Amino acid sequence: MAYDLSFAQDVYKNSEMGHWIKMCKQCGVCAGSCPLGPHWEYSPRQLFQLVRGGKKEEVLKSQSMWMCTSCYNCIVRCPRGLPITHIVHGLARYASVKGYADPNQVTNRFATKIFWTNIVSTGRVGEAMLTMRLYFVDGLAAGIQRGLEMKDSALGMLMTKRLNPIPFRGKIKGYAGFAAMIAKAQELEAKREAGA
Amino acid sequence: MEAKKIGCYICTGCGIGEALNVAALEKIATKEQKLPVTRTHPFLCGAEGLQMIRDDMANEGVNALLIAACSHRVKTDEFERFNTPLLDRVDLRDKSLWVQDISSGNKEAKEDLQMMASDYLRMGSVKLKKMNAPDPFQDDGFSRDVLVVGGGIAGLTAAKEVAATGYRAILVEKSAELGGMVGRMHKVSPTMPPYRVLEENPVPGLVATVEGESRIKIYKNATIQSTKGAPGLFDVEIKNGDTVHTERVGSIILTTGYNLYEASKLDARLGYGSSPDVVTSLEFEEMAKAGQLVRKSDGKPAKRVMFSLCAGQRDANHLEYCSAACCTYSLKQALYVLEQFQDGAAFMLFQEMRTPGQMEEFYRRVQEEGGVIIKGDVEQVSKGASGGLSVQIHDKLLRGKESVDVDLLVLATGMISTVDTQDPNKPSPVGQVAEETAKSVLNLEYRQGRSMPELKWGFPDSHFICFPYETRRTGIYAAGPARRPMGIAETVTDATGAALKAIQVVEAVAKGAAVHPRSGDLSYPSFRREGCTQCKRCTEECPFGAINEDEKGNPLFNPTRCRRCGTCMGACPQKIISFANYSVDMIGSMIKEVEVPPADDEKPRILVFACVNDAIPALDMVGQKRSALSTYIRIVPLRCMGSMNLVWIADAMSSGFDGILLMGCRHGDDYQCHNVRGSALAEIRLSKVSETLNRLQLESSRVKMVEVNIMDADQLPTIINEFAEQIGSMDLNPYKEF
Repeated sequence: MAYDLSFAQDVYKNSEMGHWIKMCKQCGVCAGSCPLGPHWEYSPRQLFQLVRGGKKEEVLKSQSMWMCTSCYNCIVRCPRGLPITHIVHGLARYASVKGYADPNQVTNRFATKIFWTNIVSTGRVGEAMLTMRLYFVDGLAAGIQRGLEMKDSALGMLMTKRLNPIPFRGKIKGYAGFAAMIAKAQELEAKREAGA
Repeated sequence: MEAKKIGCYICTGCGIGEALNVAALEKIATKEQKLPVTRTHPFLCGAEGLQMIRDDMANEGVNALLIAACSHRVKTDEFERFNTPLLDRVDLRDKSLWVQDISSGNKEAKEDLQMMASDYLRMGSVKLKKMNAPDPFQDDGFSRDVLVVGGGIAGLTAAKEVAATGYRAILVEKSAELGGMVGRMHKVSPTMPPYRVLEENPVPGLVATVEGESRIKIYKNATIQSTKGAPGLFDVEIKNGDTVHTERVGSIILTTGYNLYEASKLDARLGYGSSPDVVTSLEFEEMAKAGQLVRKSDGKPAKRVMFSLCAGQRDANHLEYCSAACCTYSLKQALYVLEQFQDGAAFMLFQEMRTPGQMEEFYRRVQEEGGVIIKGDVEQVSKGASGGLSVQIHDKLLRGKESVDVDLLVLATGMISTVDTQDPNKPSPVGQVAEETAKSVLNLEYRQGRSMPELKWGFPDSHFICFPYETRRTGIYAAGPARRPMGIAETVTDATGAALKAIQVVEAVAKGAAVHPRSGDLSYPSFRREGCTQCKRCTEECPFGAINEDEKGNPLFNPTRCRRCGTCMGACPQKIISFANYSVDMIGSMIKEVEVPPADDEKPRILVFACVNDAIPALDMVGQKRSALSTYIRIVPLRCMGSMNLVWIADAMSSGFDGILLMGCRHGDDYQCHNVRGSALAEIRLSKVSETLNRLQLESSRVKMVEVNIMDADQLPTIINEFAEQIGSMDLNPYKEF
């Protein structure tokens, strides 16, 4: 039976910004605004209706919420003011917590491993190392090929001082405070998710 | 009235003086037209110029003004506040100088412009000579009371507002109690900011106010047996049991509300009648009012409720139209469920969610409370596993068939008209009594039939673009769902507006003035009885049903029903219908006053009849944009294309015009004609013009009618210049020599 609301109610409660899903009026402006729209299995509005329709498996197994590049076009345009980017990220996290997310899914791997390690170890993003890790995510050969493809852009960025080739070493000023903040956030999140 | 003394005032400002030979124009006014006073001024609309005119009126006895300056649509504050009804504006600027390109200094172009200005001055002069001051229609029996038919929220609001303005209202209700449909409701959707909360039913309070108001007389259990007369002079027979009361009223507000489409007629897939748990929204409303939100089948609480927001609406087999209020109405009922049950669920099955006005806010509120929207249709209703219903839907959002278990399915059936209407193109024959129908409301004793002309789907016609309150029966205003489907907030606004219109008309009638679209016009048609051949064209064609007939078929004018469009004047083959300030003779004389150059000059002349409501403003905009128009054209403004009399076509052709272009408003289903039928009737008349032209041995392509919208300024140069080219390529009219 469709439209069993227990799944939707759990998402409203336990997925970050999930309560906004009930406010979607299915106009489709988000789907039309998304630069990756054609590549989504479900557009944001479809994803939201699936949540309301009680289609738990379809939602949580979907690749859709991993497709968001955080361009924020949908947030800017949503006539109902839904923070769509955040809702979608929330759903991705919710799927991970519920054990549905594939840890080898490339976005998942990038977000939870590469990006996370990069930022948490130093307290800031080190672009050069982050880019390099991303390029070599599929192995050495693919990494070299990608690097060669992008060398003109990289040189241009170096020339205009938009890229520092020397990886950031050490830690930011006040790293201890940063680490405490992260630890507290993780503690709160774990508590919330344990309660779910 | 004292003898007419015309003063002609030519403005030389705005470049007119440089472009035109003003002395020659003055000569036309004094020598040719023999106008007693002619003056020029470099800045006529300035204080000094206006004072010059006032001085002439005071000292020279000038009482008719011919102002040759700009378009009659500009500088109205300056030029139309003189104390005389006899005034004409000759347009030397907007539709003359500004549409002629004389920048090259070409001598011929200047000559052409001079000819154009001279012709317009002649036309204005003869128009003013033929113009008389209207004598407003008066009657000792005028009433200022307002009849309100229907005692629901619309009628109650209208009566209350009429009384609050200081007028007397007579309220007629067919049932034993006031209140109508809204009176039966549990709560109402929001009518005021923040548009988020359900409001208590306003009807009981409104009934108390109306019943306690000394200026409102109420008839309950009463119907209208007949309505005779005209605005200011309506005699209404109100039947109450076996007694008939006659009331004289000035105007009528029609607030008979709506009936709901019968759910039993709906498609079987919606399941109405197959289970007691499928109910209409009115039945659900009564359940809510009784505090009984339960499954009818087993009395268990109705916690999961599905609402079908279209139940027959927008369906060619049932109601073709959107009923406007049902989405809001269902959202309200969803809130009943969500507010009553913590674990309640409401599903709104919609085609398009339509929440007009501020109801978007209310929609948002219902979603916040957990209401779920589903786009789709009900395909089948069967018994649910645990009682209640299993509704199979085609879900257009989840893209497939889904089945949803609910306790109740509520069908929001649509509104249907309660007003008896007729196809406006087929007026009923004289003396025919309309069949007694359940819908019969006013029982008009009009030659054009007992019911109201229809717009669409059984709702009475109103000028939906510009003047939605007006019906096609002057002094009768339909408001609320009697006019078109609408919700409560809109109905209250609508009824208030109608109350003001009903007061406006009685005040206008008292002054002998017209209401929309020629508000304030004091003229009205009169006819030369001995010339009438009883052809009945005037009575049939009047878009507002203003003319009755006597036993012999002579027209009987009801001046207070008249909107002064002149359609009767255009219809009359005998040319015997005229207004004091507008007549067949007047326009005919203007046409004959144009100086048609001899054939040797090879300068064709094209007469342009243009509607003052849309085409003339559009032509003024052409001037404001300085787009060039053919020098061949001579424009004659008409009150409405409906007033176009075919004799003018013959007159123009026999005076040597080479082509005639008529510019009327759009007609048909989405008409824009201010007088509803004027341009449509002109087109029908024109279809017969080829006979006239054939008799004169002229090509029928010399006469063309186009639909012009007020926004068409960019298209007009092409329309006019292409027609001028076409006429230029034909042989000249051979009648020029005669």
